[in-house]
Amino acid sequence: MSFPWANEYKPGNGLTQWLDEKLPLPRFVYNAVGAGYPVPRNLNYMWNFGVLAGFCLVLQIVTGVVLAMHYAANAGVAFDSVEHIMRDVNWGWMMRYAHANGASAFFVVVYLHIFRGFFYSSYKAPREMIWLLGVTIFLLMMATAFMGYVLPWGQMSFWGAKVITGLFGAIPLVGEPIQIWLLGGFAPDNAALNRFFSLHFLLPFVIAGVIILHIWALHIPGSSNPTGVEVKTESDTVPFHPYYTAKDGFGLGIFLLIYCAILFFAPNALGHPDNYIPANPLSTPAHIVPEWYFYPFYAILRAFTYDFFFIPAKLMGVLAMFGSILVWFFLPWLDTSPVRSGHYRPLFRKFFWFGLIPTMAVLFYCGGAPAAEPYVMISQVASIYYFAHFLIILPLVSSIEKPEPLPFSITEGVLGKDESAVLNAHPAAA
Amino acid sequence: MVRLFGPLVGLFFAIALLWSFGNGAYTAIKEPAAETAEHAFHLLPKDIKFASDGAFGKFDKAQLQRGFQVYKEVCSTCHSLKHVAFRDLAALGYSEAEVKAIAKQWGTKQPTFDVKTGERAERDNIPQDYFPTVYYAGQGVPPDLSLITKARHDGGAYVASLLTGYQEQPAELLKKFPDAKTPDGLYYNPYFANLNLSMPAPIAGDGQVTYSDGTTATVQQMSTDVAAFLIWTAEPKLDKRKQTGWAVLGFLLVATVLAYLAKKNVWANKH
Repeated sequence: MSFPWANEYKPGNGLTQWLDEKLPLPRFVYNAVGAGYPVPRNLNYMWNFGVLAGFCLVLQIVTGVVLAMHYAANAGVAFDSVEHIMRDVNWGWMMRYAHANGASAFFVVVYLHIFRGFFYSSYKAPREMIWLLGVTIFLLMMATAFMGYVLPWGQMSFWGAKVITGLFGAIPLVGEPIQIWLLGGFAPDNAALNRFFSLHFLLPFVIAGVIILHIWALHIPGSSNPTGVEVKTESDTVPFHPYYTAKDGFGLGIFLLIYCAILFFAPNALGHPDNYIPANPLSTPAHIVPEWYFYPFYAILRAFTYDFFFIPAKLMGVLAMFGSILVWFFLPWLDTSPVRSGHYRPLFRKFFWFGLIPTMAVLFYCGGAPAAEPYVMISQVASIYYFAHFLIILPLVSSIEKPEPLPFSITEGVLGKDESAVLNAHPAAA
Repeated sequence: MVRLFGPLVGLFFAIALLWSFGNGAYTAIKEPAAETAEHAFHLLPKDIKFASDGAFGKFDKAQLQRGFQVYKEVCSTCHSLKHVAFRDLAALGYSEAEVKAIAKQWGTKQPTFDVKTGERAERDNIPQDYFPTVYYAGQGVPPDLSLITKARHDGGAYVASLLTGYQEQPAELLKKFPDAKTPDGLYYNPYFANLNLSMPAPIAGDGQVTYSDGTTATVQQMSTDVAAFLIWTAEPKLDKRKQTGWAVLGFLLVATVLAYLAKKNVWANKH
């Protein structure tokens, strides 16, 4: 579906005309991300991160495929093969740093994309399916990133794999057999490394598939926008190309500047030194931490330190960690306010800026800190707020809050209430 | 359904967390965690600067050669350098002939095995060989040094601090932690994570190495030089990386300015 005023694709020459009859791929692209997709005219720079996330996936696949040509997924030589890439493969160091920091960049971009969704309630009807698919993509990303971090077979790779697969061991009764089955052994070794490599190569293509569904679902209601008011007339929209291709191009430039500054001048800043020590099952690192993008969830996992009645602390932690992301799936039904944008929701806005954001920052900090006091107690308080925010505060705020008045239309939101200004800007609307 | 069960699930997690919090707070008050000697006396690396630091930093080849000399004459007795090949030394400014000579004269030879006769023997190193494995019979396991400066926080400064950080165990430490006396056969060094390590001070006094370029070989000088060398072994492409980085950032800056102007132009009639 699209808006009735969407531009229609017209093949320009004989070749595209022929193609349009046999396989209308140019038409498909034109309607998906070209001039045939009308988009609200008021999108701010927070709407750049979807395109940037897509860019990151392509970046990861391209660099990853090249790395896979030189990497050896064998516990005996994996670490050395990574060093071979760093030293002897032409531009191998750049490929590896681009891939390792590309994962971080991907998560930064996706977190901003998700938190934009939180603030503007992008998950609300009619866009629930886009949101559900998006959370699915995020879960797939986490699995892919985790398995990717195991591949260099350094100390953090090994011990991270041991801790994370150990989570399955927390499942009552069947946990241990499941853990052994998943690892192909009693501890991470060659079998685990090989299957992680296989899955690490496969999952990005699964992600690409779910992204296609994500964008397909997006094109049915069309993009949301910062006012949260639905598109009413043609003057509310602009064609994706050239307006948002130009805006995304500029956003991509800024993104690449920051990404390349880290890649070329501080490529190990986001990594952990212990991963430059080859995996050693007999020597446990002092602090086992995951990659930075998992810190908040790792903090929630470690916040459960005492058995809760008959539920072991570890199982509680695992349930809470997975629950902390699964709860996002239910957001469209937890937040029942008819107003979407946080700009017009005074109470919601307060809880977002002074509740959720500081909580995430605290959890992030505690997740990277050693598992000692006061970090554990701080992350317990923050975790309480985290669950309360989504499961108790959001439904409550939705029912008691009095939203501020919304603009009549997107155009009015952009150009003000002055009717003549609207008409002057769009003589065709007169 | 979601609005009914959501808050219940939220309460469940919140109460379980409160339970952990309460128990944790109770334990923390009743039996506060005892301070350890490692926590009280461990020092972060000294503030030592290297030519390769910063966005404009480049390796100082003369320093790398001095550092290599320290590695050759001191460290290589116990520590291997398995990710580095002799040919890589050309990057330190040695000529092809010099690299060949260094490889040939290297003390540890390459083991050979003749499959026809079953005889084991040795041969001289050649430039394409990696630095040979070092066998060490003493206490402790000397780590391979190829990546040591990337395997520690602030690696270059860490290595230089460790090498110059050997000292007598402070009386204050023994007074506070009587059980923390450095065991026999270990050596006290506050820059080492658990304060005691198997390696005796390898650079024991000034003039231990006679630098071929005439630099005065103080303990500090030798330690910093070998640390600089080990920064190179861990990241041999550092110069190339930064050089490429500036070209990439310059290109991106121009491209981003153009993209901004294009965006402004396209949007001119929509604001």
